[in-house]
Amino acid sequence: MITVKKVRYVYPNGNEVLRGVDLHIEDGDFVAIMGENGAGKTTLVKTFNGLLKPTDGNVLIDDVETRKTSVAALSRSVGLVFQNPDHQLFCETVRDEVAYSLRNFGYPPDVIERRVRGILETLDLMPYVDSSPFMLSGGERKRVALASVLVWNPKHIILDEPTIGQDYQQKDRLRNFIVQLNTQRKTVVVVTHDVEFVAECRPRVVLLSRGRIVADGKAEEILSDSTLTEKASLLRPQISILFSSVTGLPRDVIDVFSAKAIINNAVGGQS
Amino acid sequence: MVEKGEFVVVTGPSGCGKTTLCRCLNGLVPNFYTGELTGDVLVCGLDIRQQPTNVLSRHVGFVFQNPENQLFSLTVERDVAFGPENLGLTREETRERVDWALKATGIEDLKDRAPYELSGGQQQRAALASVLAMKPEVMVLDEPTSFLDPKSSLEILRVVAKLNKELGITVVLVEHRLDLATRYSNRIVVLDKGLVALDGPARSVYGKQAHLIGIGVPKVTLLFHLLKQDGVEIERIPVTVEEGEEELRRILAD
Amino acid sequence: MRVFEGFKFSKLQTPIHAMDPRAKFIMIMVVFVISLLFTNVLILAIILLAQIPLIWLGRSIRRWGGSMKGGVFLAGLIFFMNLLTGSTFTYSLAMTIRFLALLSSFSVFFMTTSPDDLGLALEQAHVPYSLCFTFTTAVRLVPTMAVDAQTVIDAQRSRGLELDRGNLLKRIRNYIPILIPLIVSAIRRSIELAEALESRAFALVSKRQSLIVLRMKRSDYLVTLISVLLLSLAVWASLYAQLPSIEIPFELPRLW
Repeated sequence: MITVKKVRYVYPNGNEVLRGVDLHIEDGDFVAIMGENGAGKTTLVKTFNGLLKPTDGNVLIDDVETRKTSVAALSRSVGLVFQNPDHQLFCETVRDEVAYSLRNFGYPPDVIERRVRGILETLDLMPYVDSSPFMLSGGERKRVALASVLVWNPKHIILDEPTIGQDYQQKDRLRNFIVQLNTQRKTVVVVTHDVEFVAECRPRVVLLSRGRIVADGKAEEILSDSTLTEKASLLRPQISILFSSVTGLPRDVIDVFSAKAIINNAVGGQS
Repeated sequence: MVEKGEFVVVTGPSGCGKTTLCRCLNGLVPNFYTGELTGDVLVCGLDIRQQPTNVLSRHVGFVFQNPENQLFSLTVERDVAFGPENLGLTREETRERVDWALKATGIEDLKDRAPYELSGGQQQRAALASVLAMKPEVMVLDEPTSFLDPKSSLEILRVVAKLNKELGITVVLVEHRLDLATRYSNRIVVLDKGLVALDGPARSVYGKQAHLIGIGVPKVTLLFHLLKQDGVEIERIPVTVEEGEEELRRILAD
Repeated sequence: MRVFEGFKFSKLQTPIHAMDPRAKFIMIMVVFVISLLFTNVLILAIILLAQIPLIWLGRSIRRWGGSMKGGVFLAGLIFFMNLLTGSTFTYSLAMTIRFLALLSSFSVFFMTTSPDDLGLALEQAHVPYSLCFTFTTAVRLVPTMAVDAQTVIDAQRSRGLELDRGNLLKRIRNYIPILIPLIVSAIRRSIELAEALESRAFALVSKRQSLIVLRMKRSDYLVTLISVLLLSLAVWASLYAQLPSIEIPFELPRLW
């Protein structure tokens, strides 16, 4: 469980980025943290693995206070995948890169070998196992970064803006992968402002604006609310805009398949 | 082949070559990046092989993906002046260009601010202004909305479309965000594995093949394709939300 | 790291910030030379303290304090090196104060002068444009790289890297996962920057007219004049005047 209690965070330069955040995430939840650039989304998730300790308030991971624990210890259960893979790639081969964290955590070599192989197969990276990570394409490097965090099987997985620079098929694959992780009872937290991506997976949405949570609930309700989306510099999903323009249609539809079913019904009922 | 004044959106799956293609337009390929180029690229009558990038940039402006690395000064004003200064214009001419570009992109109030203080959306507008100040005939933008939030993305594309309409600047926009860019385009070019797979107005391009290639066709278009597959009578597959609203009202009214 | 805060430019509206960088530079140089002319502890203390009103005018007292704190280590080193090589207590103190005075003057200069203005001043002094630009851009990139460095450190710590554990050798090796991404990041950034430069016609023409011109105002000329006068006064005083001084009779206990 991830519990955030009345958290305030002030950066050393005086910038108050989190102004009193209360949040509770159960094991196995799928949450999208959304909001405008500068709302505090990345700051908030950095408090989850202890990189940032709250100025006021408390963050508890599985009932352990992050203030009293080291980042390395917290990272065992909270895996944070950063937005830009180039900020962490440094090894000569993909294998070494993915094994790095396991070495830090002190796993024995045979376990390391097995785990690395496992995650590379899951993410379709086996062909590159001995390649240099620097030679891979942007999307592949992002997958390597993801692999290097998933390899130690953290209970809670946080993805910071995983959809930036990804094309349609890559996003589709990512979506499916997240669903897979969820079925394994892993908590998945995605920081994003990609509304269409969130609309298709319909997770719980936590909307952050200027350091405060302004909404917390179902994606369908929050993303179709134009006041909320406006506040967080987001746009409503196309389907939502479409449906709200025609009277008589439900207001909280945001994904294509539900929309199709509803329209089919409406049209079918008239012939 | 792109005609003057067109607004072309270039899209395609990762690795299709769109980044390389747009860099051909101002000569970064082949002059900055080594490699082999066969065939010809002529921009505004100039052969990219024969002219260095800084000459071509008189005619072709380029806005990059990351706003951070294309602004180098401590004020927006100086960044916008950078291009005209490099062109060797006099102080008075530069002054005129800077004021005009700031006005055209709607950021006059930001002129004394430092670029690193600005939001991503404001930074991209500043980058746009600094390219505009060079008065190019063609503007190439390489995924300018990648790092921006949805609202800022819409803003920047709106400004680009305005420049295209009011000033007649030819626009080549490389984008994934077709839901935002389609409404301004008169043409979509889909690249796949280094070749042009589809080329035409959005309505003709956003079909089954596009979906197979793997581009992010707007959700509204996808919806109506699926409805058509289910047997619903669709008069015109919409490519924008407005068209979708029209079509939806029509099919529900019948 | 606090010592670097004392050299970072902050954009503020103060009379010191508004001064033409060339006039400011002359002022700083005069302080520099005067500090070197004297070994009198009282005079040097005055030189150090006289800068404080200037720093206050430039609203940079806190950051200056940071750089002073950061300089304490070196200052202490200078003090003890002097004592141990046989100088008197007073003389060692004087040298320490001189060091701090020099540090302060440069600190004030860099805190109140924007790198762009510095670049412009160099340009107007006919330094080749590409050099000026390199200088300005390098300075401008320092805070960006600092942010990058922090991000890399965060990312690697999130993978279990512990920077404060292990023997000396291990600690040094622990910096490799930080240095490599940083270098790669710097290279990528430079490439992107170079692309942007090419696309904005960099180095297209040899004669460049910049939009903004540094013009010395009357106050700048006045400051320059006063600086030069002070310098002349100081030179004369160091050669001919009988200056009051103090001797602090303090002996290092003989430990050896």
